[in-house]
Amino acid sequence: MTTAQTTELSPKNLSDANERNKRRQGFLMAFPAYAYLLIFFAFPLGIVVVYSFATRNRFGGTDLSDWNFDSYIRLNDEVLRNILFRSFTLALLTTVICLLVAYPFSYFLATRTPTIRNVLLVFVMIPFWSNFLVRNYAWRVLLGSDGPVSRLTELLGLGETRILFTPTAIVLGLVYGFLPFMILPLYASLERLDWSVLEAARDLGATGFQTLRKVTIPLSMPGVIAGSILVFIPSFGAFVTPEILGGGREVLLGSFIVSQFLEARNWPVGAATSTVLMAVMLASALLYFRKGGRTL
Amino acid sequence: MTDSGNTTAAVTISGITKRFGDVVAVDNIDLEIADGEFFAMLGPSGCGKTTTLRMIAGLEFPSEGSLKIFGDEVGTLPPNKRPVNTVFQNYALFPHMTVLDNVSFGLRMQSTKKREAASRAQEMLDLVQLGEMSARKPSQLSGGQQQRVALARALVNKPKVLLLDEPLGALDLKLRQEMQTELKSLQRNLGVSFVFVTHDQEEAMAMSDRIAVMNEGKLLQVGPPSEIYERPANRFVADFIGQTNLLDATVEDEDHIILTNGDRLRAPSPHRPGTSVAMSLRPEAISIGERGSTPAEHEATSLVGQVESVTYLGHAIDYVVKIGWIDLEVRGDATAGTRRFSAGDSVSVWWDRTSDWVVAD
Repeated sequence: MTTAQTTELSPKNLSDANERNKRRQGFLMAFPAYAYLLIFFAFPLGIVVVYSFATRNRFGGTDLSDWNFDSYIRLNDEVLRNILFRSFTLALLTTVICLLVAYPFSYFLATRTPTIRNVLLVFVMIPFWSNFLVRNYAWRVLLGSDGPVSRLTELLGLGETRILFTPTAIVLGLVYGFLPFMILPLYASLERLDWSVLEAARDLGATGFQTLRKVTIPLSMPGVIAGSILVFIPSFGAFVTPEILGGGREVLLGSFIVSQFLEARNWPVGAATSTVLMAVMLASALLYFRKGGRTL
Repeated sequence: MTDSGNTTAAVTISGITKRFGDVVAVDNIDLEIADGEFFAMLGPSGCGKTTTLRMIAGLEFPSEGSLKIFGDEVGTLPPNKRPVNTVFQNYALFPHMTVLDNVSFGLRMQSTKKREAASRAQEMLDLVQLGEMSARKPSQLSGGQQQRVALARALVNKPKVLLLDEPLGALDLKLRQEMQTELKSLQRNLGVSFVFVTHDQEEAMAMSDRIAVMNEGKLLQVGPPSEIYERPANRFVADFIGQTNLLDATVEDEDHIILTNGDRLRAPSPHRPGTSVAMSLRPEAISIGERGSTPAEHEATSLVGQVESVTYLGHAIDYVVKIGWIDLEVRGDATAGTRRFSAGDSVSVWWDRTSDWVVAD
């Protein structure tokens, strides 16, 4: 009786079999990526979360036997709150500046002929060809008290410029480092734009600025949100740029986490901070999928 | 306000040329579109008809010439400062707005109060029978409904001229025919000029008061549909509008031409003897009968040949008649009782003296 059922080739059975087959193929193709992510990403991530609930022992090691929320409670500390606030503000500032710089550029890029677009896109990516650390040290030279920027202002009679080792230098460096992450998604969403819709707005009596505000920007929102997240998240937890251009005077989240792991040898607090940071990132990503990721 | 004394044309185009780099898209055209007219611009793709429409809308600026809307020069005025609105080819509805917001957009841009804009937009949507769809997004509508929204969005602003860029191109045949009738009656009720771009000659014939035929940037002929169909200005127009036989010939004298196979036909033309011309002869204007059955009065406008092929169409029969090396398409009667011919039959074909038309090459 069972054999009769399984061998029967009803249309329903066939379509089920086709479905199964497709799913199996999809899984096989995705398997290497799944496995890699599971071993090298999800597993260490789990360890971080587990450590954040553990306790630091007297010798700077971590006891996994005693589970508690102490590390999270310690995060609600005046010093750490300041660090969080400062990191948040600088990341936000970086994101806003990137957005203001990248939007007009991406718009320009999207309205060029394909050849010019490709050339300009290569220019956007050129910085990636050199080491991030080296580029940050280059900025240190640029902004230093005997660097070109300072020389120029001295020549103009404006006196010495002392930007290096200030929050301004950090934001400058972060904007420089993450600008391509804003340009690329913005360009992608502006490039897909149906330009006849913008013409329709003009035809219906909108000025250029009204068209931008009512049509262009709303339609490029997925790019704005994606770019903002791509810039905000790494800026929020940035370590290299604040260390090099901020000179460590300004303790930010990234430096704090590193110091907890390496200097204070308080792994649970470091892990807890990282977990909170990840939660913030996850929340932003969810926001993206809800607001910008839906197809317009 | 106006510089011409008598009735002002809705659109006056004089000596307009538009170049894109080295390409001349529109080549020195002159055109006048009357107020309240349903005007079609017809031609194959790339003939410059859409460019001309876009120049009227202000989406392109002419390289040379003058463009007036109701007597006011608008040459380089931006689109938002012109009393015209456009229905775009793929509707170009705002995908992030509801249907109601789409339709009230133009009014809002003229700083109409939000509530008033919404109620006028709703009225317009009711007019195009989409009153209940106002809260939907354009992507939730069918092609025909989107088309109506685009129409409502343009008309709600009470434009002095409505421009339509192949508005029916994306619809299926049945819907297209419905919309043709609807557009026509809408235009009649509103009394506004509609300028309509299409590559579909039947659509242009069915809807317009006048048609402008364009090719390769040039304006070839402007006139009512019957004139364009019966009295085409040149070979291109004759060939483009409807089905026709174009027989190459040479003018013999003012009343006769000689076909390339040596047959002499009576066909008056204003061209000088020796000019090479083409005679346009519509398939439905030709009668077919047994060889030698040509009525005496049509003797000078008849030919003899052999049926080459027969295509049965139900309401008619299409014959291809071979006259020497010339193929002549003839549309025969298929009603009961008429003599039908089959391939190989020897036949005579003739036509009325007024139904041929000689065009210069």
